[in-house]
Amino acid sequence: MVLPDNGSGYMYAALNLGHFGPKLHRSSNHGETWEEVATPAFPEAPKDALEAKSVAFIWILERGIDDCLWAGTVPAGLFRSTDEGASWEFIESLNASPGAEEWFGGGYDDPGIHSIAVDPRDQNKLTIAISCGGVWHSEDNGVSWANKSHGMRAAYLPPEMAGDLNTQDPHRMLACPADPDRLWVQHHNGIFRCDETDGYWQEIDAVDPSTFGFALAVHPEHPDTAWFVPAIKDESRMPVNCALVVTRTTDGGETFQKLASGLPQAHSYDLVYRHGLEVAGDGTTLIMGSTSGNVWASVNAGDHWQQIAGNLAPVYCIRFAQADS
Amino acid sequence: MAKVSFTPNLARHINVSSMTMPASNLRNLVDAVCQKDARLKPYLLDDQSRLRKHVTVFIDGKQLRDREGLSDSLDDHSEVFIAQALSGG
Repeated sequence: MVLPDNGSGYMYAALNLGHFGPKLHRSSNHGETWEEVATPAFPEAPKDALEAKSVAFIWILERGIDDCLWAGTVPAGLFRSTDEGASWEFIESLNASPGAEEWFGGGYDDPGIHSIAVDPRDQNKLTIAISCGGVWHSEDNGVSWANKSHGMRAAYLPPEMAGDLNTQDPHRMLACPADPDRLWVQHHNGIFRCDETDGYWQEIDAVDPSTFGFALAVHPEHPDTAWFVPAIKDESRMPVNCALVVTRTTDGGETFQKLASGLPQAHSYDLVYRHGLEVAGDGTTLIMGSTSGNVWASVNAGDHWQQIAGNLAPVYCIRFAQADS
Repeated sequence: MAKVSFTPNLARHINVSSMTMPASNLRNLVDAVCQKDARLKPYLLDDQSRLRKHVTVFIDGKQLRDREGLSDSLDDHSEVFIAQALSGG
């Protein structure tokens, strides 16, 4: 995970060293040099505790109120830093919320927080997404939380449990920056859209070639415009018919365009992970990277793509950084 | 005084040298080492002060026996080597 500078003074990169655990580094010179800072950590559990968690890796980093840093982790934990990563506070209230004990792992052994949306109109308002734990909302900067997953559907559970709020598997959640009441989710079971005014997630189906995927991008100005990268669900994680496409809606999910120009249409095994697709502030420049180490860019909202890198290591995260003025 | 040294792979991340510490068992030694150089703790131990899953320890040429409690005994001549475990790749 990486968090660009964008005027804050520091760029952050979260590492998972494998042998030596998760680490967090920051750079004050756009990546020229780096320094290690503190890594979020769960408090030591009492000896008789049923579970004693340890951060496996940082899954998401975002900025919040007064330029604080938010970090979401696997296992699911929310952490806040008010000193640019020198120290971290565990937001215990989230894990203590009724229903949190039902969360379980999706893709990893443990549940995790991969999406944090801070309302730009009131940064006390946070919405986070947990795989698998649903969508949770706080109105008071993380003091208290409520599950906001109504309308989501989990086909991987016994039928009578499909609507359970605390075991939904949103793969990625984003709010429209210009209209934060509009939320989009790429869920394990498909695409969902929510307007904060009614707080109910509408499932959007019948998207060719698939509603399954991980990645999501939302237009910075137009809440009805969003992009997805479809894949085969469950059986094999690769593009449908080995043809990589991006799907785009410009009418809130009523219709979708299948965008394939410039993308491989045969023998593509590229999977784009949840943080592997990003739209720039202009709403027309997009970039995406795949687990096969390929990177494509589009300068016309996805109408055409051009490969800009290949043979990289698996790409987990792509973010745009503001250029120096 | 037990002598403890570290895999060169750790030096890629933090500059650390061999050291000698008084310790009657591995738990005491690891705690003393992490107290002497606080940077080591998050590299060797997890949030619950357990030995990281993919870190292992050799005592006088034999792999540790008690990963949970680190109760393996040491004596004044013990040589301890802290390494990355191949389970981590």
